[in-house]
Amino acid sequence: MYDIGKYREATTVEEALRYLGDDLDSIAIAAGSDVLIKIREGKLSGASLVSIIKIEELKKVTIDGEGDIHIGPVVSFTQLEEDAIIKEHINYLGQAGGTMGGPQLRNIATIGGNVCNGVTSADSGSTLVCLNAQLVLTSEGGQRMVPIQEFYLGPGKVDLKPGELLTDIIIRKEDYAGYEGKYTKFAQRKSMDIATIGCAVMIKKSGNKIEDLRLGYGVASPTPVRCPKTEAFAKGLELTKENARAIGEKALEDVSPRDSWRGSKAYREQLIKVLAERAIIDIAEVGGE
Amino acid sequence: MHKKISLTVNGTKRSVEIDERESLLEVLRDKLGLTSVKQGCGVGECGACAVLIDGTSIDSCIYLASWADGKDIRTVEGLEVDGKLSDVQQAFVDEGAVQCGFCIPGFVISATELKESGKDYTREEIRRALSGHLCRCTGYQKIVEATEKSLKKK
Repeated sequence: MYDIGKYREATTVEEALRYLGDDLDSIAIAAGSDVLIKIREGKLSGASLVSIIKIEELKKVTIDGEGDIHIGPVVSFTQLEEDAIIKEHINYLGQAGGTMGGPQLRNIATIGGNVCNGVTSADSGSTLVCLNAQLVLTSEGGQRMVPIQEFYLGPGKVDLKPGELLTDIIIRKEDYAGYEGKYTKFAQRKSMDIATIGCAVMIKKSGNKIEDLRLGYGVASPTPVRCPKTEAFAKGLELTKENARAIGEKALEDVSPRDSWRGSKAYREQLIKVLAERAIIDIAEVGGE
Repeated sequence: MHKKISLTVNGTKRSVEIDERESLLEVLRDKLGLTSVKQGCGVGECGACAVLIDGTSIDSCIYLASWADGKDIRTVEGLEVDGKLSDVQQAFVDEGAVQCGFCIPGFVISATELKESGKDYTREEIRRALSGHLCRCTGYQKIVEATEKSLKKK
């Protein structure tokens, strides 16, 4: 039995917003694979929950007339990995989600939950920052759109105000069209593990040159981060092994990894360099995933 | 926080009085007597509590019973038909895939999901599909072989 103080179940966004609005201490629960664990650990004892897992309208991936992709926050990682729109346009995001936890977790755990939980190791996080994902936050009072980089405030802290619900994750066409990408999760096990470092790379090629590069990391800083200095440095460089190495080296200027029991700072720095280097070479040679 | 939910369990329609704070695992074990569903870690890491929900393998320890309203739930108890083991169960017996047995119902559930998909799986894909289950006897080899054998049987 979970120590839940109050439990309400919404089947529409409107209903969820009403529940979240009339009890500002309440928390939205999707699949619960973070929220229920926190309750069990005593970190959210007696919580007031608003269940959103039965809201069908939030379980769809669609593409609009402008070519922008809309990912419903209650889309599961298995669904994301198998979705035709994701496969066609941003397969590397589905692949990143496919490294999270194990099959039973991916069958239920949601991308919106992964984002709102706000941890730096979130396997979708580094790819979503590279994709410049726009988050639509809705409350009874209105709606606002926040780029994911600004949504992440610190470890486990996100810019989600009381009464608000994440209702859409938008990947704009200009942020994916023409790019190839790859996510590398480095962990001690292939499954059921948390990344020591997660590295997302997106490259837009122009001949053998890098027209644009986007580099994002998980566990390299308190939140998933982009690497602006490295990205500026990489623009216009030729796609060579030497340059891939130089880009990896440069990335250390953008991140601030720390020591933890999972890995030392020095080990993480090595991974930060090498994972970017290898991913860039992979994308140059075989065209990403 | 009590409420009534209706669900299909191993082919039979059931109406169960639950507490909204209960997990599906607790309802299946304590209210419906389906003790093949094991509680291992309780946090969705070991897979011992996996059941098929609308044909998909999900850890029932971190799944609220309330969410199962209207769903089709299957556990290992529902796999054998008229005393005959399912192909997956029989393959686990034939290959000697069972050591202490605690993790096995979970593995059988995920293997059944693969079997019922009708697709072919490589050894690597089987390993990935079963990677949400821990066997602390570490008998993975035979489990993977049994799963592969059951999938080959058409």
